[in-house]
This record gives sequence, C-alpha cells and structure tokens, in this order.
Amino acid sequence: MKDSRRNFIKKIAMLGFSPLAFKIPVIDVSFEELMQKHFKEMSEEEKREVIERLEREYKEKYGIDVKIKTTPAKEGVVWGYALNIQKCIGCRRCVYACVKENNQSRGSKNDPTIPAIQWIRVIRVEKAKLNPETKAKADFRVGFGEVRAGIDIEVTEHYYSPDKVPEKDYFYIPIQCQQCERPPCVKVCPTKATWKEPDGIIVIDYNWCIGCRYCMAACPYWARHFNWTEPYIEAEEINTNMHYLGNRLRMKGVVEKCTFCIQRTREGRFPACVEICPVGARKFGNLLDPESEIRKILESKRVFRLKEEAGTQPKFFYFMD
Amino acid sequence: MVKVNDEREKVDESFFRFLIEAIKIAFSGSRRYYAWLLGLILIILLGAYSYYYQLKYGFIITGMRDQVSWGLYISNFTFFVGVAASAVMIVIPLYIYNYKEFKHIITFGEYLAVGALIIVMTNVSADIGRIERIFHMFPIVGTPNWPQSLLMWDFIVLIGYLLLNLIIPTYGLYKAYYNSQPRSWIKVLIYISVPWAISIHTVTAFIYSGLSARPFWNSALMAPRFLASAFTSGPALLIIVLLLVRHFRPEFREKISEKAIQTLAQIILIALITNLFFLGSEIYSVGYAQTSHWISLEYLIFGLEHAGKYYGVLVPFFWASLLLNLIAVFVLLYPKTRKNSYSLALACFMVFIGIWLEKGMGLVIPGFVPTPIGEIWEYIPTLMEIMISFAGWALGFLIYTLLIRVTIAIESGELRHLS
Repeated sequence: MKDSRRNFIKKIAMLGFSPLAFKIPVIDVSFEELMQKHFKEMSEEEKREVIERLEREYKEKYGIDVKIKTTPAKEGVVWGYALNIQKCIGCRRCVYACVKENNQSRGSKNDPTIPAIQWIRVIRVEKAKLNPETKAKADFRVGFGEVRAGIDIEVTEHYYSPDKVPEKDYFYIPIQCQQCERPPCVKVCPTKATWKEPDGIIVIDYNWCIGCRYCMAACPYWARHFNWTEPYIEAEEINTNMHYLGNRLRMKGVVEKCTFCIQRTREGRFPACVEICPVGARKFGNLLDPESEIRKILESKRVFRLKEEAGTQPKFFYFMD
Repeated sequence: MVKVNDEREKVDESFFRFLIEAIKIAFSGSRRYYAWLLGLILIILLGAYSYYYQLKYGFIITGMRDQVSWGLYISNFTFFVGVAASAVMIVIPLYIYNYKEFKHIITFGEYLAVGALIIVMTNVSADIGRIERIFHMFPIVGTPNWPQSLLMWDFIVLIGYLLLNLIIPTYGLYKAYYNSQPRSWIKVLIYISVPWAISIHTVTAFIYSGLSARPFWNSALMAPRFLASAFTSGPALLIIVLLLVRHFRPEFREKISEKAIQTLAQIILIALITNLFFLGSEIYSVGYAQTSHWISLEYLIFGLEHAGKYYGVLVPFFWASLLLNLIAVFVLLYPKTRKNSYSLALACFMVFIGIWLEKGMGLVIPGFVPTPIGEIWEYIPTLMEIMISFAGWALGFLIYTLLIRVTIAIESGELRHLS
C-alpha cells in the first residue's frame, strides 16, 4: 500500500507535477530536500529515497552516474592516524590527492571569486635556530628572544612555495581534522548536524547543517571549511564513489571537513592521503587492534598530539623515529 | 456577581481595540516623523536587496572567509544583546529599590530591549548559511543540541527575553489606555525579567568564553566584561532617546525628570569605569606574561608584523574606542558637563560608539587572528555585508520608533479610551 503510494508520488514527480519537486526560488531548494530528516533519524527506506534523489540531482546537474553509500561503522574499529614529521617533505601530494578523492570545490579558472577548499593544510616550520644577539633588545630580553625552537604553530606559513622540497631550514606539519575524542565542534553545533561516529570519525550531514559556523570557531586545528559559494567542480573530475557522510557533492552555505576518507576506509581501503604519500610518512589503522601498525607506532615511537592543552584528545598522532 | 463583573470588564477592555488604536497612532505623526520612518524603510530595502544576493550567491559577497569566519553580523549581534540586557538597569532601581523617578521611563527602556533584540535576531539570521533550515534548531521538527550548545541556550533566552519585554510594557500601556490598574501577576514577569536580562548577556559571553580553540575569548572575565559594557551602552542609547523625547515633546520634561536622567548617567559612569578596569585587567594578564595568547590582543592594540607586512586594520578601532570611553568618563564625572543636555548627549554618543567598537568588531574579529594554524588574515566587511547588517539596525530602530510613538501617545494622554 505504502509502496504503491510512493511509486505514485514518484511517477508524478517524474512528470514534474509533484509539489515536492517544486523549488523555492532564489535559494533553489526543493521541498523534498527541505523536508528531509536528520540522517540518524532516517529509516533505511528514507535513506534510500534521499540517496535516489541525490543521485538523480547529480545526474541532472553533471550528467554523471554516481553511487552514494551509507556504509555504517564496523564494530570493534576506532580509526587512528599517525604522521611521521621526520619523514614529511612538505610536497603537498596528500593535499591534492585529498581534493581529488573528496570532491572539494576546485576554485574556478573563469571565476576567481570561487575559492578552492583543501582539507589538509601543510604548515612549514623553521628549524630551531639559535642566533643570540650581542646587544640586548630590551631590558629583560637578552637576545635569545627570537629563537624558533621546535613547534610554534602560531608563527608558521602554510602558503610556502619553494622550487623544491624539502628545504634545508624547515620541517613540515600537515594538519587536517584530528578526529578528536572530545570534539568541541560537535559540542557547539546547535542542530547536532555534526557528530562522532562509532568508529571515531567526526562527520557532517550536509543537509542538516544550517551554516552558522560555530564549529569553525570552536576547532583548534582550522580543520573545518565553509562553502562560501556554490562549490565548483568539473564533471569529469568528480569521484563517483561517494559516501553520504563523506565526499558526496556539497552545496553552498555548509561546513565540510576531513572524514578519513570514510568512503574508502569503511570498505577496507586506506585514506587517499596515506596511499599517495611518497615517503610513507602517513600511517592509518584500527586503534582497537593491538596488532595494528598504528598501535605499534604509538607504543614504540616518540608520539605527540597537537594542542593537547585544548582538551580535545585527538586520534591523529604525530611522531618521530 | 463576581463572574458578571469579570465579563463586563473583558468586554470593556478589549485588547484588540487597544491594538487597533495603537497601530493607528503609531503610523500618525508630523512630516518629520514620516520622513524618519521612510528613511529607515529605505535602509531596510537596500539591505533586503543585498540579502537577495547573499541568498543567491552565498556568503562570498561578504568579507568573511575561513580565516575569519564571523564578522560584522556576529559583532552587531553581540553588541545589541548587551543593549537589550541593559533594560534591567531601569527595572532593578524601579521595582526592587522602588526608585519612583524611573516610573515614566521604564517603558522606553523595556521597548528599547525589544528594538535591540530585533537587531540581534536579524543580524544573527543574516549569518546563517542555510536560513531555510533554521527549523533544525527547533524541538520536535528539528534536533536542538540542548543543553550542549550555547547557541541553543542563547536562542532560548533571547526568545524568552523578547517575549518578556513585549508583554510587560504592552500590558502596562494597555491598562493605561483603559485608565485601569495593572493586575499583580505582571509583577511576577517583571521579577523574572531581572535574572533573565543578566542571563542573555552571560550566555552570549559563554558562546565565546567556552572555546579553548580561541585563547583571546577563552577568559573567565568575558561574561563580567560583557555585562559591564552592556550597562554602559544600553543606558547611553536610552538617555539619547529620552533627551530627544524631552526635546520634541516638552510636556514630557516633568515625567522624564532631570533626576531620572542623572541617575542613568551615574549608572553609565560606574559601568563604564568597571568596563575599563576589566579591559585593563585582561590586557595586563596576557600582556605581562607575553605567552602566545597575547598575540590576538597585540593584533588589536598594536597590529602585527609578519614577513615584512604590517597587519592592523583594527588598531584604530581599539584606540578610538579607548579614547571615546575615556573622554566620556571625564564628561560624566564632571557635574557641569554631566548636567548639560548637550554634553551629556555627546558623552552618551561617545560611549555608544566606543562600546560598539570594543564589543563588536574589537571582540569578535581578533579572536580569529591569527588562525589556529598561525595565519594572519585581515577581515574587512564588504559594502553589501554592511548594508545587510545595517538594515537590521534600521528595522530595530523602526520598530522601536513605532513602539515609543504609542508609549508617548498613551503617557501624554493623547491616546486614551473614552467611555
């Protein structure tokens, strides 16, 4: 009964008569889209309907066939990430592999007002240099004040562009979503549009986000990015292997972020950034599996996390050999 | 018998009739009055035009980007929550200390909160990227993240405060219109409004102070500072309004007494000095320690130099704010200038602008500079963004004008029910 009714509505929708298909002018949003529930409150059937709609819309807009998955988290898995800053050469291959994999806005060649979005930012840090000055600069600063020793991520550069990497006087720290165990972004979201999945990944329902950007203010890692306008991507560049909570195409006015390539990792593949890294600086695995490489690293290497004082408990670790 | 009386009262005191009469009088006035309304409507239309572009093309039309993701809208939102909260500075003396001089200015104060809240709500709505999904915040149809998200708390307290400040004065005017005494239940609402006013600005401060990601905001002094500055800017605006009412309607010179205005000026003075003290205290703690937490404040006060480039768009804001506030302290301290209407109005204007610079742009923007990964990026609002934000101001002022037009009509006896 219910099924036939849905089919009926669908038929009408195909004819273009359905009130659900009516699009609100200016913002260009159909009632069907507007009436959609929060992802976690959808039944399997409702999920299927939403996915069908999205696949239909992408087909209309880009002429491509996509497959949007909703693969749930596997039990007994909590993903963790470790990055060897001793090995990282700052080549940014991870940045571009991520953009390609996750369908971020590319930044249009024709329209400079469309900004490119990158989920990984590599910051360049000056290696510790000690240049004591003979003359005191101020009364209580006796010349050692300008020493850059170690990581001072408040005075760094993420727009570096040398001819060749690595550079002699620098080291590099790629930063992306740290998949915090205590994520401040989730805490502040007024609509529960972002949450922590059972496998520890922080995801966003792009259709539930209201775009208030409170999460961006709350994130200590600058991991969240806003679609300041309609994202721009060429049809042939779209990665058609999509996850609803991951790399499906976004719309203007919503926030997005790294999901550890949820569309890959939930099917047993590595994130794109891990795969591309030419020096093997990036390691990924199940934190609950004592035999995993990530656990071995945490046990045997010198490991640290960024901004521990923020109280976020990241599952993204940095280490040195 | 009693029942019959009740019914007769109800028939006599029709709220609907009062409303119709109030609306009629709200839209009648001198030519100058119409010109003022028309001017405000024009500003609103300009804002609506810009907002159409924001809806169509997204926030790309604003000056905000990932580096500074909140700007003028949230600055104005924050500032006007303070203005709204300050109505309590008239409620407390009048209803708790029974300070009779405030009897005839209370309605102006409460309606000022309504006008300010309109500005708050239009500005915060303008900052929502997908406004059509706003119902996701509501219970039943949405999934409000309450009590976790401070934005939800703010939403709740602001709606509540708007209702309180609409109901309380409107009920008073309605009763005055029929020449009858207000019932005592309204007192309950008045007493509720006192902690409620404190709560709206506390919660707004907590939006910022709870974020460990932003050391500039992550300070326990944030809420006290918010309240101190609120009790400065709100009464300052109110004094300007009251002086204007006295100027245009001489019959109000007795009702809005010199004494009432002077008391308000004293309140501003105390709050202003407290606010400056808090500011100094905050600058000292991070400035003396010179940790990396100092860097946002350094950006605000002196500007930053990075890779040979100087960044400091906010520096004039900070110094102008400090200068305006300091001059206002002296104008208000010196009895002769405090008691002169012109210098008092000027001081109030300086305070209002000074606090706007400090609490609006001066508080929101430096929190984002440098970004958590160390980028120094300067935010400058676009013209369209300014037009949208100021359309919110215009709407707030428009509604406030209409409300005090009715207040003046009823208080002066121009509008009374004749039976």
